[in-house]
Amino acid sequence: MTRSTVSGAAAASRSRRSRALGRLIFLGPGLTYLIVLLLIPLALVLSYTLFRRGRFGGVVYEATGENFTRLFDPLYLDVILSSLRLATIATVIALLVGYPTAYLIAMLPRKWKTVALVAIVLPFWTNFLVRIYAWIVLLSGPGLVNSTLGELGLGPFEFLYNQGTIVTGLVYSYLPLMVLPLYAAIEKLDPQLREASANLGARPARTFVSVTLPLTLPGVVTGCLFVFVPSFGNFIIPELLGGGRSIMVGNLIRDQFLKARDWPFGSTLALALIAVLIVLLLLQAWSARRA
Amino acid sequence: MSRSRYSRRLPAAALVAGLALAVSACGGEAADTAAPAASASSAQLDPNADLSKQSVTISVWDGYTPKELPQQVKEKLKTELKVTLHDTNETIMGKLTSGADTGLDVAFVSGQYAQALNEAGLLEPIHPELVPNLANLFPEAKELAYDKGNVFSVPYTWGTTGICYRTDLLKTPPTSWNDLLDPPAEAKKKVTMMTTERWLALPAIKALGYSVNTRSDEELAKVKEKLLAAKANLLAYDDTTFGERLKKGEAVMVEAWDGWCPAGEKNIDFVVPKEGSDLWVDTMVVLKSSKNKEAAHAFINYILDPQVHGWAASNILYSVPNKAAMDIVDADLKAKTPSLQMTPAQLLQGESIIDLGEDSQKFTRLATEVAAQQ
Repeated sequence: MTRSTVSGAAAASRSRRSRALGRLIFLGPGLTYLIVLLLIPLALVLSYTLFRRGRFGGVVYEATGENFTRLFDPLYLDVILSSLRLATIATVIALLVGYPTAYLIAMLPRKWKTVALVAIVLPFWTNFLVRIYAWIVLLSGPGLVNSTLGELGLGPFEFLYNQGTIVTGLVYSYLPLMVLPLYAAIEKLDPQLREASANLGARPARTFVSVTLPLTLPGVVTGCLFVFVPSFGNFIIPELLGGGRSIMVGNLIRDQFLKARDWPFGSTLALALIAVLIVLLLLQAWSARRA
Repeated sequence: MSRSRYSRRLPAAALVAGLALAVSACGGEAADTAAPAASASSAQLDPNADLSKQSVTISVWDGYTPKELPQQVKEKLKTELKVTLHDTNETIMGKLTSGADTGLDVAFVSGQYAQALNEAGLLEPIHPELVPNLANLFPEAKELAYDKGNVFSVPYTWGTTGICYRTDLLKTPPTSWNDLLDPPAEAKKKVTMMTTERWLALPAIKALGYSVNTRSDEELAKVKEKLLAAKANLLAYDDTTFGERLKKGEAVMVEAWDGWCPAGEKNIDFVVPKEGSDLWVDTMVVLKSSKNKEAAHAFINYILDPQVHGWAASNILYSVPNKAAMDIVDADLKAKTPSLQMTPAQLLQGESIIDLGEDSQKFTRLATEVAAQQ
């Protein structure tokens, strides 16, 4: 009896060990990737926030807290707040446009669903910069839209280079990232739930508010996150479609590294950005768990 | 930025690892923190070194040297030439000041950056005995404020900044920076200015009669006021595509570097405003860390050859500080290219941009303030 227990325990520990080994083999590449390409660079960025800028660039390893106090300088705080505002507006518009789109696609016959989804993803096959430049060609003073409107005796209008065009560019660029998770959530929804709601006397609007929306909320949150995150840190769209007339926190970070040669403060701004995003991710995890 | 989730203990461990890396990098940074003394120690170079045993790696802007340069250098000097590219001064500065060995022998940077690199102790002084072609340079090219006497840098191209405009879409040609800052009715919302901080500030600085190298907070406050007022009439801030905008008629008046103004086109012309402007210089420097210093000097000497240096003037349409090279530039091309008509004396009326050290942050802040204001 004792003997069999011992051998049983040994076998169990052996199989535990081999399972651990197996896990390590499968997790290894992913873990290495994360550690080498994500965690170590991130740790370096974190460590830079504590030091001073070198006079000619680089980092001087003298501890200082001034990068963090500078973060609360009204100048930078304003840029961060205005980025938050622009990203939020873009996210809300993307949601308002994306939800009905995703809903319609989910209701299509199977064959057309694929076509519609491919059409949504198709723009991603073209280079991002090319698509943004296409907007400039469309909207510029002597551009296509203005010349068409001119034929009708309207305009010319100044479409480009303001915050409105920045939001348009953000919505346009990231709308697919809103539609896809929403589509996945709506498509998963059991149609019988809606039928049951209708059978119990709820009108379509009531069914939407009490059944469809709550059940697709994780999709809403994920979609919003997917649009908000790249919008918040974007610097190409404000530069090209905003004409450099407004800056977002992404531009600020880019400028610290490429113009001001101030890596520590750039890192601190990046850290602030990451902190905001972590809060959002926690909110998403929380809402996903509740659902 | 990062969306991945990870276990709780890993970040702490990685932070420790990162700090360890950072601390270990300190050694390499020593040169950076050293007092900005000029690099006095110059290496002993052998004028008879066998150049075929050396190779030269340069970093330069794309399109700034002829494509065939490596073959030509190989033929002439028997030295392998490797060309790497940088897109801005800041990129190459980031590389050179990171403390790592870049393997570069020669870098092309603007004058004020050469000055900063020298103060950081990263440059080898130029050994004039190895660069006999320095004699081809205009005497004025030895009077540049960031490096008088070409001690640590050799000028490659030079020019100034002015207003590039449409002769057909403006009622009167601009003559003053104020025409750009406070444009006439037909040019409102059809003006662009540059976004790189020193040039962003230049029109306002000159309109107010200050120095391009001002460090005065009071003056910069006035400059900011002027720039903010100008923003209302601006189409966009643009460092790269202003020439295209002008050709399309999207803009009618832009702040431009002389060589970037498409003045060869019909209806487009270039003017240096009456209040004066800057003098920018792009230079070649030899890095202290270079292991091929003899070949690096031979390379610079080769570039100063009139035929080679003349290529830059005829192809990128920047004036070059090389008298012998300017003399062989095609007369027709010169006649229709304002940037090639500037004489050294005219160029030297422009104020040389120098590195402002810690005070350069004032310009960064100014640029951010102007951009952030709605």
